[in-house]
Amino acid sequence: MTDATNAGAASAEGGARIGSDLPAPAPAQNPETAGFWKATTEGRLLFTRCDSCSEPTWYPREFCPHCGTLDVTWEEAAGTGTVYSFTIVRRGALGPYAGGSPYVLAYVELDEGVRMMTNIVEIDEAELRIGLPVRAVFHDTGDGSALPRFEPAA
Amino acid sequence: MSIRGQAMIAGAFEHPLRKIPDISIPRLHAEVAAGALADAGLTFADVDAYFCAGDAPGFGPLSMADYMGLTNLRYVDSTDIGGSSYVAHIGHAAAAIAAGKCEVALVTLGGLPLQGPAFSAVNNPANPEYAFENVFGTTTPAMYALAAQRHMHEYGTTPEQLAEVKVAASHHAQHNPNALLQKVVTVEDVLNSPYIADPLHRLDCCVITDGGGAVVVVSPAVAKRLERQSVTVLGHGEAPKTAAGGRIDLTHTGAVWSGPKAFAEAGVTHADIDYASIYDSFTITVIETIEDLGFCEKGQGGAFVASGALRAPDGGLPFNTDGGGLCNNHPVNRGGMTKVLEAVRQLRGEAHPAVQVPDADIALAHGTGGSLGTRMGSATLILGREA
Repeated sequence: MTDATNAGAASAEGGARIGSDLPAPAPAQNPETAGFWKATTEGRLLFTRCDSCSEPTWYPREFCPHCGTLDVTWEEAAGTGTVYSFTIVRRGALGPYAGGSPYVLAYVELDEGVRMMTNIVEIDEAELRIGLPVRAVFHDTGDGSALPRFEPAA
Repeated sequence: MSIRGQAMIAGAFEHPLRKIPDISIPRLHAEVAAGALADAGLTFADVDAYFCAGDAPGFGPLSMADYMGLTNLRYVDSTDIGGSSYVAHIGHAAAAIAAGKCEVALVTLGGLPLQGPAFSAVNNPANPEYAFENVFGTTTPAMYALAAQRHMHEYGTTPEQLAEVKVAASHHAQHNPNALLQKVVTVEDVLNSPYIADPLHRLDCCVITDGGGAVVVVSPAVAKRLERQSVTVLGHGEAPKTAAGGRIDLTHTGAVWSGPKAFAEAGVTHADIDYASIYDSFTITVIETIEDLGFCEKGQGGAFVASGALRAPDGGLPFNTDGGGLCNNHPVNRGGMTKVLEAVRQLRGEAHPAVQVPDADIALAHGTGGSLGTRMGSATLILGREA
């Protein structure tokens, strides 16, 4: 394992590519989210849209928090968007991320209009900026799911 | 019904230590409770309402009421909205007292994050958001860093402006012999400290401390019987802010809602606020909060703090004169209690003379809980010196 402190310094000085070696911890699933996670194993990013007010929701759920309706439909996102905000986590990583290299945590605004927490991967630190166009990639957890992360679209 | 003037803070106590290796968490709650009750001139037998949050061990208020022998309770509340809980508890206690439900309300906070894993409501896989957020490696500093990055992008806030919040806090902490960090720091010191999560450096982050505190909220009738100077609860507002189903805006806090409610109930304006305790988990927390409370225009928080406004006793908005969470104390990663405690000191004229605001009549205490980057509790109290 790379010491996070040293890796952070190296990254800041050398502009190393970050997010190439992230762990992919398996999320807990339940009856509401099982379909979402199965789709990720097929490279598809789903979200929910309200049958009543038509608003999209993230994180996806079988309820509309915008209008209180119980009826929603799962839709497939294009998997493209832009960076709304980002940070490079250099110290204090938890659980499976502890002791690893610095990584990018971000909100990506999908073209469908919702902002989702994710990682930006396969990116040079100097490339990182708010507004950067990105596209989804899926990292297999080995447990019936894949984490939707994003890499530069260009 | 308004709570204005219907309840008083009669007792307040902050545990003097910041590292406490040889104590249990229940005993810590009992120690701070005893301290606040002694400050008020009351005893455990007088307590008829008890308030605690997730840091209290066991089965909500039941375990701690049992441990402390609180047998006269007729009102309990274990609202947990993170670090803002204890600010909200005082508002809830005041409302309960105003409604005649109780007369002597005890609020406690205590924990030992330096001795072992602390209670965390956030890192729980049962939370519905966990699978869509925590799996990506969220950390508390990273959540605030996301907010800082976006605020800098939209409003041009600079790292130097963020750093000034820490610098001001350190100027206050040098006078607090109990503060964990008593050394005055410069903007350069902050910027030269290592990044924790860009753009936040180590010195943009609050301290982690063992410890705790307690307050006793009483009816005006009880306060009248006590010798100790009380502080009047004038107004309270609270408002959780959510991730809004994918429409999250990282540049504001729940203070945009809790602040106006508190000001309206208190019947005071910004110009009336002599001192403010502003939750300072991170430097960005202060900048967004003072904007949202209306002490400056939205987006101008950076310039506002860079003007020296936060520095006591002469700044326009002297803040966190105990050194705040950034330098003094942030027990159990929950800073709402210490925000109230320093506001009480200021209104009693018992802050350190170097940072005591002259003739402090009206103070504001604001609590933040959870994270600016996702979902957060927000609670605002306005307090007044006893007439």
